[in-house]
Amino acid sequence: MSANPPKKEYTRKDFASDQEVRWCPGCGDYAILAAVQRTLPSLGSTPENTVFISGIGCSSRFPYYMNTYGFHTIHGRAPAIASGLKLANPDLDVWVITGDGDGLSIGGNHLLHVLRRNVDLQIMLFNNQIYGLTKGQYSPTSQVGKVTPSSPLGSIDQPIVPARFALGARATFVARAFDTSKKLPAALSAAREHKGAAFIEILQNCPVFNDGVFDRITDRKTGPAYQLWLEHGKPMKFGANGEKGLRLNPETLSLEVVTIGEGDVTEQDIVVHDEANLSLAWMLTDLPEVVALGVLYRQPGPVYDESVKRQRELAEERFGEPDLHALLRQGHTWTVS
Amino acid sequence: METSAAARVQPSPRETLDSVVLRFAGDSGDGMQLTGSQFTTATADAGNDLATFPDFPAEIRAPAGTTYGVSGYQIHFAAHDVKTPGDAPDVLVAMNPAALKVNREALKPGGLLVVNTGAFTPSNLKKAGYETNPLEDDSLDPFRVLAVDVTKMTLEAVKGVGLGSKDAHRCKNMWTLGLMYWLFGRERDQTVAWLGNKFAKSPKVAEANIAALNAGHIYGENAELPHGINAYQVPSASLPPGEYRNISGNEATAWGLVAGARLAGLNMMYGSYPITPASNLLHHLSRLKHFGVTTFQAEDEIAAVAAAVGASFGGSIGVTGTSGPGVALKSEAIGLAIAAELPLVVVDVQRGGPSTGLPTKTEQSDLFQAVWGRNGDAPLAVLAAATPGDCFYMAIEAVRIAVQYMTPVMLLTDGYIANSAEPWPLPDLDSLQPFPVKHYDDPEDFHPFLRNEHTRARVWAIPGTPGLEHRIGGLEKDRKTGHISYDPTNHHRMTQFREEKIAGIARGLESAKVDQGEDQGDMLVVGWGSTYGSISQAVRELREGGHQVSHLHLRNIWPLPRGTGELLRSFNSVLVPELNNGQLVKLLRAEYLVDAESLTRVTGKPFQIQALVRAVEERLQRNGK
Repeated sequence: MSANPPKKEYTRKDFASDQEVRWCPGCGDYAILAAVQRTLPSLGSTPENTVFISGIGCSSRFPYYMNTYGFHTIHGRAPAIASGLKLANPDLDVWVITGDGDGLSIGGNHLLHVLRRNVDLQIMLFNNQIYGLTKGQYSPTSQVGKVTPSSPLGSIDQPIVPARFALGARATFVARAFDTSKKLPAALSAAREHKGAAFIEILQNCPVFNDGVFDRITDRKTGPAYQLWLEHGKPMKFGANGEKGLRLNPETLSLEVVTIGEGDVTEQDIVVHDEANLSLAWMLTDLPEVVALGVLYRQPGPVYDESVKRQRELAEERFGEPDLHALLRQGHTWTVS
Repeated sequence: METSAAARVQPSPRETLDSVVLRFAGDSGDGMQLTGSQFTTATADAGNDLATFPDFPAEIRAPAGTTYGVSGYQIHFAAHDVKTPGDAPDVLVAMNPAALKVNREALKPGGLLVVNTGAFTPSNLKKAGYETNPLEDDSLDPFRVLAVDVTKMTLEAVKGVGLGSKDAHRCKNMWTLGLMYWLFGRERDQTVAWLGNKFAKSPKVAEANIAALNAGHIYGENAELPHGINAYQVPSASLPPGEYRNISGNEATAWGLVAGARLAGLNMMYGSYPITPASNLLHHLSRLKHFGVTTFQAEDEIAAVAAAVGASFGGSIGVTGTSGPGVALKSEAIGLAIAAELPLVVVDVQRGGPSTGLPTKTEQSDLFQAVWGRNGDAPLAVLAAATPGDCFYMAIEAVRIAVQYMTPVMLLTDGYIANSAEPWPLPDLDSLQPFPVKHYDDPEDFHPFLRNEHTRARVWAIPGTPGLEHRIGGLEKDRKTGHISYDPTNHHRMTQFREEKIAGIARGLESAKVDQGEDQGDMLVVGWGSTYGSISQAVRELREGGHQVSHLHLRNIWPLPRGTGELLRSFNSVLVPELNNGQLVKLLRAEYLVDAESLTRVTGKPFQIQALVRAVEERLQRNGK
């Protein structure tokens, strides 16, 4: 017998399919695709053990551009299909690609339950606050007042905060990033390392139907003032020179933006990020002025596919070898001679 | 049936009957289903052939004493071959006025009526809508009535055990069962053992139930029964030798799915959302994890089928079970499995529709939904099980077709065969032909639409296999490369191809063959699904009456077996009885341009044999035969 062949070193190219990418020019999806293709080799992923499952919408074309296994399914159902796949083969590394319409509107129920069950998947929700593929109607994350072909006088629907939805569903990992961010790969890696359902909201620009909606946050020059990149165990500071931070107001039990050195505010007043703190994560989902990015919440819990496997092993221990002959004779039988 | 005083002193000779139809009826809290199934087991032990029909309300516990809370269990047992639970009961057990009200019309004139007088209180009579007590007027004169205060006798019998009043009252059904056991000469041991087991954790309850059972039996032995009422015996039937058990359709389907997965050498993933009357498929399968079965109680019907599709993508056989409303919700995902050409088994335990319809009543009205109920031209294979035991074999067949043709398969059963029981000769497992699946693993010139030249199935290449990375999905794919294609000619060809692939399944099936009768004659009666027993028995009687009538029973609904058209055209007339508003009949007319006539009934209950016999005779007469 020969020794095991040396493990192949994969590169970004190994994860790119030969299909021409057909998103609109300037679409944020390009940056996300590049980040994923770049990150996977560094995580030790192999194309044959990686699967991308998507629903319907612009983002859901994603699997076609990955040289891995892929399944472009039906609207909203990717989490359920991915759950079934994971139950059939828990060893696969399964990524769900969804959007704000696919994941939070038509597929809201499945997203809720896949998070609650904590199936070991990475769920990337591309949030562009609009329905792109059907040409620009408001989505469940569109801001109130959004004028679209189906809301000529402005949307009157209250928007969902995706990270808040995920926490409400008892997600064990919630992160947030944006399409062109250099820190997106780090968020993807953290999600991949997490055992259980890892939910990542990615703010994504739609240059055709909702251009610039995140510019305030993502702009290279002005953006840093509005980006709060979270680090576990570090004070939650932001601003061009890290001069601002979040302080807990004990009277309102909410986080407020303060400037260090202004009034009596010192470095000590700034809350230190604790990924395992659910109350803190809840407050971070929707802050005034600033957007929390990175890992908002991480608290490992029982993993669904592992529990399923364990129950099966338990049944095998208890009942031994499967015996169809005996199964059919379970209960009462009689013989006619 | 004269019973002399002298005869009563001696053990009374039992009157021999050839067959009996017995119906237990009571409040849904009276335990009629348990009583019926115990009587069934004891009857099977006595060597009779039998068929049962549980008929219960959709309400879990409707207000006690009301007519809509009445639950029934009918059993037909005989010294000969039995194919249906029987038309009209010979014996009716009515545990309260509502049960009498609901079932009185069904009882044969001259039939035996056993009533619990203890339940005929003014308030119960009022709840059942009786203005006068039927036990006190002449309305029951057509029947032989055995009026017993079961309530009082039961409380008397269990007095010593020291149960609370509520638990003591609950033993009434066992007292009644004891009396019925005596009446038909059944052994009690099996039920005694069963009670001991069932109430192992509350020995007092077990003791009381056993005491009630024995007391009912002793009552029969000692009481002076009214004129015309006797004890009976029904000699054992000459069933083919072998080992038997009682089986219900849902049990048989669950076990058949397991057997099918094993014959394929695959693990099974069963995704389901609870729905009447399919829920106990999930219950049965969730106890069989050591058979390589994973069950997933999904958040809804859509997730249930979606998870099954995902599992099939991963190399397991994905299965989902539901009833008609669930199939409606699953349609889009079934279409995805058609487009992606993945195996999938969908079990539809049909019930009355449309919409929520009649959840606990049977119907065959999902045939159109099964064959055509999806967007686009979306063909799949449709099978229908004929009897409870047949569900086992049809479930295996569903798995076989799904994996060999890489297609969704819909297996139609219904509430009637799902819940009713019949003695089932246990199958010889060694005679079941394995159909092992080998997932594709050759990277050479691979693309996902490589096909088996015989079945035209695409290769089943599963994630985790090096070198076969590929993408599938619901968008139309190029027939040669598997990439997305919006090419008009390609779509035309793929649509035709999907149609032909499913039609081609018929090549691997047995040709259409009559179940009874000749291949030509005056009339062919064509049935499908759970009407098998009624049609079979009716055709047997018609043939005994000299009519040239044959019976064709379709188990492959789509594609239809080869030779079906020729067979239909070999008869002067064709009649298609269905428990729907005429579905198979339209399919046959459309496919074969034959003037098939429809006979429909949608009452939530199976066909009555005599109604079928009359319907055929009328038509033959009309045709001058």
